[in-house]
Amino acid sequence: MRIVVCVKHVPDLQSERSLDDAGHLVRGEDDVLNELDENAVEAAVTLAEETGGEVVALTAGPEDAVDALRRALQMGADAAVHVTDERVAGSDVVGTARVLAAAVRKIGEDAPVDLVVTGMASMDGLTAMLPSALAASLELPQLTLASEVTVAGRELTVTRTIGDADEVQAAELPLVLSVTDQANEPRYPSFPAIRAAKGKPVTTWDLDDLTLATAGAEADGGPEVGASGAGTAVVTAAPRPPRAAGRIITDSGDAGTELAEFLLANAPG
Amino acid sequence: MAEQLSGTVLVVADHAGSALSGPSTEVLTLARSLTAGPVAAVALTGEPDTAALGRFGAGTVYVPDLDGLSPTVAAVAAEAVLAAVAQARPEAVLLVSSFAGKEIAARLAVALGSGAIVDATGVSVADGTLVVAKTVLQGTWDTTCVVTRGVPVVAVKPTAVTAAELPDAGPAEPVAVPVEFSQAARAVRVVSRTEHPGGGRAPLSEAKVVVVGGRGVAGDFSLVEELADLLGGAVGATRVATDEGWIDHAAQIGQTGVTISPRLYVGVGVSGAIHHTAGMQSAETVVVVNNDADAPIFEMADLGVVGDATEVLPQAIAELRRRRG
Repeated sequence: MRIVVCVKHVPDLQSERSLDDAGHLVRGEDDVLNELDENAVEAAVTLAEETGGEVVALTAGPEDAVDALRRALQMGADAAVHVTDERVAGSDVVGTARVLAAAVRKIGEDAPVDLVVTGMASMDGLTAMLPSALAASLELPQLTLASEVTVAGRELTVTRTIGDADEVQAAELPLVLSVTDQANEPRYPSFPAIRAAKGKPVTTWDLDDLTLATAGAEADGGPEVGASGAGTAVVTAAPRPPRAAGRIITDSGDAGTELAEFLLANAPG
Repeated sequence: MAEQLSGTVLVVADHAGSALSGPSTEVLTLARSLTAGPVAAVALTGEPDTAALGRFGAGTVYVPDLDGLSPTVAAVAAEAVLAAVAQARPEAVLLVSSFAGKEIAARLAVALGSGAIVDATGVSVADGTLVVAKTVLQGTWDTTCVVTRGVPVVAVKPTAVTAAELPDAGPAEPVAVPVEFSQAARAVRVVSRTEHPGGGRAPLSEAKVVVVGGRGVAGDFSLVEELADLLGGAVGATRVATDEGWIDHAAQIGQTGVTISPRLYVGVGVSGAIHHTAGMQSAETVVVVNNDADAPIFEMADLGVVGDATEVLPQAIAELRRRRG
């Protein structure tokens, strides 16, 4: 099975994150592989191990996003592709999906891609939209938000929990798969794996290497990616004032009574 | 009077069984405030709740022919909605910002060549454009956003709007919509579907009160459940509590679980890891009971009780019972 796993380099969750004047996330200061993409890489590598396949890690992002690819290579991906181009900066989720879809199609020119794997969401935007936008751009079936994945021949079966139901869905390859953090326990790279990753190939492409095409963008006639091509824009962005400090009491035998009074005063309806 | 659009606003109406869902009644109420023109709905079920749709402002409900396919498949739902969009020619499409709604929104934006904004907490109209409020970076930043081209697609967080009925409204008129489904939509097979028993409590994402148990409850959710029932709320949990098997995974609140924005959040034995607070930071009032005074969640608390939950909660429960007679 030939698998492409999409990863993203995002600011560390524990760092002080901020937006710039254009409402874009400030990057490059304390960035790491998106935590939820570790589950995607683990799923891809496991499926490749089970089926005797190979894994290509893919990212679209600035120069230092290569660190996210390095981490994926350390976790067992065989090769990596880095799409980096200033014209991609400021893309919204649809633009990002277009770029990744074009890169997947180009990767598929060597040999067909059977499966595209992503994490369920990135920890910066948390919109969980990219996997669906990518599947729509590639015109492939999507099995998203999988908490369990099994493969039998050319058929992939997933369990997904959405709302108040568990659902089992299945489809034939090729398709787009996204996994939740329930799907697996990401491996921690060993020293030999970290050493081996240094010798694995990382290919760099810019937009001129890719063929971008979507019906929607063509109809509109506008640019397809980047801030000027984005279908959404941030108008205002401001840090939220921190919550006012509340009242903290230490139980000395009657805190429950005080709690009950507060709940009665603040419970709706 | 606030500025309004003049064209149709189309709302993707979710149903729970045969009834219009609570969050959909909120989105319909919001849609009414955004346009002087018609509000229409598109239902992903053959038998929509036309009476409720009418009461919340939909004059028309588009009913796509699903051809036996499951609307829980994202591509099936999105293509059905697109067929309704082609017929209704709306000025905007609104959805509920659930995981399912976000998936449909993403696919609509790709297909329409427009843009989608999800997790909206408020929508208004300025200079003829929808202006969408949303909180990002785990509740640390407030933004307003717009869709810059094509038909805007906006998914609205449950509980962001208070639903209100129209007096004396008749039922919505159903209009059948034919759909040409793609190969990619037809390719996904639903093997099985199991609804979780709700236990008679409000669904987590819609609940106005949520009582959450974390590591500190040490496997015993009985007090959490008792307090939730007394307050008419839902029961939630942290990742640790669900991983330990103390409660079903569907109860998990956080970035990979359910996002909640209740009026009242009560965290019991919850430490406040960012993975959890990502899912509850928009709660209006936060109450915390934890015996670890250094737990980060105390920084978010309007009332924090440092104490043993097995002593504090029974006393609070007894007091609530007494006060309510």
